[in-house]
Amino acid sequence: MSTPTKDRTPARRMDHELDHLSGIVPSPVRPAPRHLSLMVLGGAVLATLLIHTVLDRSLVLSAVIGYLLYVIGVNVAYRLTSGSRVATDHTMRALVYGAFVLAIIPLVSLLWTVVENGGARALSPDYLLQTMNGVTGVHDKAYAEDGAPMVGGAYHAIIGTLIITGIAALISIPIGLFTAIYLVEYGAKNRLSHAIRFMVDVMTGIPSIVAGLFAFALFGVLFGVGTKNGVAGAVALSVLMIPTVVRNSEEMLRIVPNELREASLALGVPKWRTIAKVVLPTAASGLASGITLAIARVIGETAPLLVAVGFTRVLNLNPVDGPMNNLALYAYYMFTRPLNPGYRDPSIERAWAAAVLLVICVIALNLLARLIAKFFAPKTGS
Amino acid sequence: MSETLTRTPRRSGPARRVGDVIFSGTSRASALLILVILAGVAIFLTVEALPVFASESEEITGGQGFVSYVWPLVAGTVVASIIAMVVATPIAVGIALFVSHYASRRVGQTIGFVIDLLAAVPSVVFGMWGMQVFAPKLVPVFGWLEENLGFLPFFADGSATGRTLLTAALVLAVMILPIITSVSREVFVQTPRLHEEAALALGATKWEMIRTAVIPFGTPGVIGGTMLGLGRALGETMAVAIILSPGPFTWNLIGTGNKTIPAEIALNFPEAAGLRLSELIAAGLVLFALTLAVNLIARWIVDRRSEFSGAN
Repeated sequence: MSTPTKDRTPARRMDHELDHLSGIVPSPVRPAPRHLSLMVLGGAVLATLLIHTVLDRSLVLSAVIGYLLYVIGVNVAYRLTSGSRVATDHTMRALVYGAFVLAIIPLVSLLWTVVENGGARALSPDYLLQTMNGVTGVHDKAYAEDGAPMVGGAYHAIIGTLIITGIAALISIPIGLFTAIYLVEYGAKNRLSHAIRFMVDVMTGIPSIVAGLFAFALFGVLFGVGTKNGVAGAVALSVLMIPTVVRNSEEMLRIVPNELREASLALGVPKWRTIAKVVLPTAASGLASGITLAIARVIGETAPLLVAVGFTRVLNLNPVDGPMNNLALYAYYMFTRPLNPGYRDPSIERAWAAAVLLVICVIALNLLARLIAKFFAPKTGS
Repeated sequence: MSETLTRTPRRSGPARRVGDVIFSGTSRASALLILVILAGVAIFLTVEALPVFASESEEITGGQGFVSYVWPLVAGTVVASIIAMVVATPIAVGIALFVSHYASRRVGQTIGFVIDLLAAVPSVVFGMWGMQVFAPKLVPVFGWLEENLGFLPFFADGSATGRTLLTAALVLAVMILPIITSVSREVFVQTPRLHEEAALALGATKWEMIRTAVIPFGTPGVIGGTMLGLGRALGETMAVAIILSPGPFTWNLIGTGNKTIPAEIALNFPEAAGLRLSELIAAGLVLFALTLAVNLIARWIVDRRSEFSGAN
């Protein structure tokens, strides 16, 4: 068995091992009373409630103090009953659980905020079927003051999102899929495939706004400076999407058993038919789920479209002519530049409604990817 | 028949047909296209940025040349990203350990899905949440920091809106949490079972097992994941553009001021024209170089791990 320590010099290895030994050998472990940590937890919860109600501190602050009390309490309790090693073990356990809870808080808060602020508006047919064409601050003022119905929705943004993401998918999926096929089926381990794998990694790290700038610069050179249209946005999204498609597809193609390829080739089937009829169908569910995840990644992108597509309030169905709109961009503009600066609420409500639609899209695509991977997976057992 | 026989020795693979040629040609072309795209990104950005380097320094925004225009942006970007990285890494490692070694398999999978979801939430939504919900919540914290740690230059003067670099950095931390978590989780799961069981058999507690078997094995992977997260934070645009109210560079993290490159581009691009456009694209080029460097280092660290890992 080879371990990382094997590569080190003998002297350092000794130190390393001695260090670990000294950490493990000393104090013996005594059994702790059952449910000790639960008792401490109960105490900490009680303390939190006391601080919150009696001392009248905010819930967040009392929870933080309560958690710190819990960590300290666990440490002290186990140190007294079972010794320092068990105390460290339980303290670290408390910290690990704490890290997990800490990460869940923003997610819950975020989803709650989105649903609370935009949930009702997002599902109203007016919002889904109207554009912002002709809607001005006057309408918002009437809505806020006189209770007039809210006009203006995200229809154009929804359609724009579908068109731009669709074109991006049309560009990225073939390129990404064929690249993955090259890497797995043709490239084997030659230098080109090494270089491409490396470049795909590099591409994964391209900031989204740089992708937008690239599309803007490319279209500026090709069609005149300042060309902003849907296709430019789709090109920008493709730069972000291709590496994801390649990575996901490559992984999926790699796990197709070699026996299948060999069996097909042995029957005299040409290589391309082997790939098209044996390898791809076997990996189909994985490929589909990987592509779905790639779409989910770009559907909420704002920055590249802000740069490459521009912004409009009217419905534009033509991706090669003039700016379009997009849900993320719509949310951004509604949020930061309300139609009527004196009455910001209607605009902000529209922004949150767009956020609801985006989050629903993303969650739906993620679930879809899971379901595809689960239900259409090839039958195993050979 | 005789023709095939004479051809057989020259070709070791299956018979070569038109379909094969087209298919392998398409695959190779797609693969090469990726190299072309990447080269294109660098070339087109450079071409569009060139006017900046050819122009007089008075013409650049700020009037003192491109370098003095761009360094506060770089500083703001780097400071925010590093804070985000420092905050996110311990939490991400904690979650990764929770998923890989503390939670049951089923719970772990569910959490993995939830974390993936966190990664998929659009950045503009994070920005809106950060500005409307998170920033106001931080205002009292800033007040406390100013009162008690005000002698430090970072906490000199608390903002009343909470729209500061520290707020943006904390939201960035939430956003890069998933990537660091998933990379760390992957390496932790790969820890050789024998190492873990050996540690436990020697009487180690769970934490001692993790400290002696899992952490040493996973460290390079965690560092790599952290660097990937740093790269993500450097390039993150919309959240910062919405949350931060921009201003000149200052060490005061809880007051108004500071900008980041991506936010500067996003805020000014729609109205920019002429030389200003080139300036912003040049700033984008700087950002590209910065993230490229960070990502290359990250990949180098992650790849180095696979060379001497016991699991492979």
